[in-house]
Amino acid sequence: MKLAVRTAASLAAIAMAGTLLGGCAPSASGGGTQKDEKSGTLRVWLFREVGNKPKERVVDGVARRFEKRHDGVRVDVRYIPVDSRAEKIKGAFNDPASAPDLIEYGNTDTAGYVENGGLADVSGEFGEWRQARDTDPTAKESVTVDGKVYGAPLFVGVRALYYRTDVFDDLGLEVPRTLGEVAAAARRIRAENPDMYGLAVGGAYTYGAMPFIWAHGGKLAERGGGRYRATIDSARAKKGIAAYTRLFGDGNCPAAKCAAMGGNDTVEAFAAGRAGMAVAGDFNRKAVDAGEAEGDYDVVPLPGAERGSIAPAFAGGNNIGVLKSSSHRTLAVRLMRELAGKETQKQLFDAMGFLPTFTDVRRQAAKDEPFVEPFVKTLDAGTEFVPATPGWAEIDAGLVLPSMFQQIAGGKRGVGAAAREAAEKMDEAFAE
Amino acid sequence: MSLPLSAPRPAPAEPARRRVNSPVRQGSWTPWLYLAPALTVLAGLLVYPVYQLGLISLLQYTQAQVSGGEPVTFQGLGNYAGLFSDRQFWEVLSATVLFAAACVLGTLTVGCALAVLLTRVRAVPRLALMLSALGAWATPAVTGSTVWVFLFDPDSGPVNRVLGLGDFSWTYGRMSAFTLVLLEVVWCSFPLVMVTVYAGIRAVPAEVLEAAALDGASQWRTWRSVLTPMLRPILLVVTIQSVIWDFKVFTQIYVMTDGGGIAGQNLVLNVYAYQKAFASSQYGLGAAIGVVMLLILLGVTLVYLRLLRRKGEVL
Repeated sequence: MKLAVRTAASLAAIAMAGTLLGGCAPSASGGGTQKDEKSGTLRVWLFREVGNKPKERVVDGVARRFEKRHDGVRVDVRYIPVDSRAEKIKGAFNDPASAPDLIEYGNTDTAGYVENGGLADVSGEFGEWRQARDTDPTAKESVTVDGKVYGAPLFVGVRALYYRTDVFDDLGLEVPRTLGEVAAAARRIRAENPDMYGLAVGGAYTYGAMPFIWAHGGKLAERGGGRYRATIDSARAKKGIAAYTRLFGDGNCPAAKCAAMGGNDTVEAFAAGRAGMAVAGDFNRKAVDAGEAEGDYDVVPLPGAERGSIAPAFAGGNNIGVLKSSSHRTLAVRLMRELAGKETQKQLFDAMGFLPTFTDVRRQAAKDEPFVEPFVKTLDAGTEFVPATPGWAEIDAGLVLPSMFQQIAGGKRGVGAAAREAAEKMDEAFAE
Repeated sequence: MSLPLSAPRPAPAEPARRRVNSPVRQGSWTPWLYLAPALTVLAGLLVYPVYQLGLISLLQYTQAQVSGGEPVTFQGLGNYAGLFSDRQFWEVLSATVLFAAACVLGTLTVGCALAVLLTRVRAVPRLALMLSALGAWATPAVTGSTVWVFLFDPDSGPVNRVLGLGDFSWTYGRMSAFTLVLLEVVWCSFPLVMVTVYAGIRAVPAEVLEAAALDGASQWRTWRSVLTPMLRPILLVVTIQSVIWDFKVFTQIYVMTDGGGIAGQNLVLNVYAYQKAFASSQYGLGAAIGVVMLLILLGVTLVYLRLLRRKGEVL
């Protein structure tokens, strides 16, 4: 009798442990609801920019107009901090019940979000949208994965060469017209002003370094047979890497300081008057104007390897996408078109300086505001984009390219060895 | 010197006691019944997370699986195979072991030396030393790290100015960056050692120390031959604790070397796991690194306990 009780108890315990174990698999959210309601609340997450008020005014206008035109619809806009956006958006994908219907997202994240199953395919609606015919091709590429469209481009961001007019005048320097001349001018500035970097460069400033690779005809990776393959160790890419990493050193930007710098550090150095030149974006204008360099600088497109050419820039920027889990798909797509439409982009340019993604709106903007002209010229000369594959997110997070630049800049490895290792790591990420 | 250096062994338990027919004997489930609430809480807080960690480490589990873009698949030891064939993992592991060892050594040396010093100084300096140590202890790791980076800043840091180092960048070289972090880790973890050992020394009977002094033992000799044996249990606890802490160091490396240093030269296992698990959303791989860390630390602790038992001392 006693034995029986004991056995039963043990069996019960084992059975319970079994159920526990069985029920404890890590969670994965399901496909979500596929309703398409025509009223209710549309929830939108946008990025909170530095000095966000003007953006809020523009967006509020769009939202109120949308509510007026659609009975029983409310638009609820939230601004999420840029720093923690990755966690927030991951959270939204994991928990469809509390996720928004529309999100703003950085265009390098497109492929990753699509793989995660977070964004809805809006190819059909995008194709029917008349305004979309004027969308510039790189911007369209930045919402496209495997031929399908997952959102609408909101604005583009592009980098060009900022230089100090006063320093150039003092030294009698000409505005450089090739990358070689940029390097020569940088050395000259450093030699004459030892407290200044000639051209502020950063080992962790991937988007500032890429134009050097592209200007020499190199590519990060190339697509073949449905898959990306790293070409960062090709002869041309290595030429560009060498051109960039030669700028680290006592003659321009000492490796001990500059190897660790990222994009913001170089902009900060330029704004504080500690650099003669910097590669910075149209979106950095406010930061530069807030510093000592205000009024003493000008911007030209970053020149290419040959005279008269422009180094292809990285086409950064943000998109607006509809979440797959949205229960208001039709309304959400309509609102997406409003938020990323020509009228809103024009207003956002006036309010925030965001460069429009429609070529005609952008040309008009360049006419109205001379500051953006070099950036528009850079865009018109053709831009490049990072490989549109989820592997890129891993390469980016794994700091593969910054590690490569930093190793070469610090003299720890040669260009060949560092580039080969980076290519291997990239291929590994592409293969997954 | 003739002092009993090891504690007297406890007399063997009387065999008679075991045969006493206590009421507990009859229902051998009763103790478990009483223990059940505690065990349930323990299982929930300790066993379940570790179980989940182990399970995730066997799966292909990235953001795509979490948010339902792709199905979760069982990988067996795939994550571990990938990890062990990654050269960077071995580099990071050896750097972590060496760095943790140096930190433990530094922390114990500084902590013990200051504990002895505390017993030798008057009330006012003792209070000052205690307060400053407690200040270091109470400082949150992120704050402490940030302040240290400021102090050692190449352009505006006071340390370089005082030492006349010009614009030497501490975080540029691998060794100097590790040294800087090591100093910070020692600074924020010696107070625990110091306070614990100080309490231990206070509990040592005064006559023992007096006898040593009468025998003409030097300060060092007293520490080595009298205090160390008597404080062994305390020293073992703080050592194990330091090993675990310093092996798992994260904040200091993450903040001071900007997420692992130039080209990842200052990565330690925990930051590496973070990079894999959260920055690039490979939760499966990150969990595998976690399991490896867990096993290493368990191993170290078990070996330590083993050594303890062999010497006849109980923790």
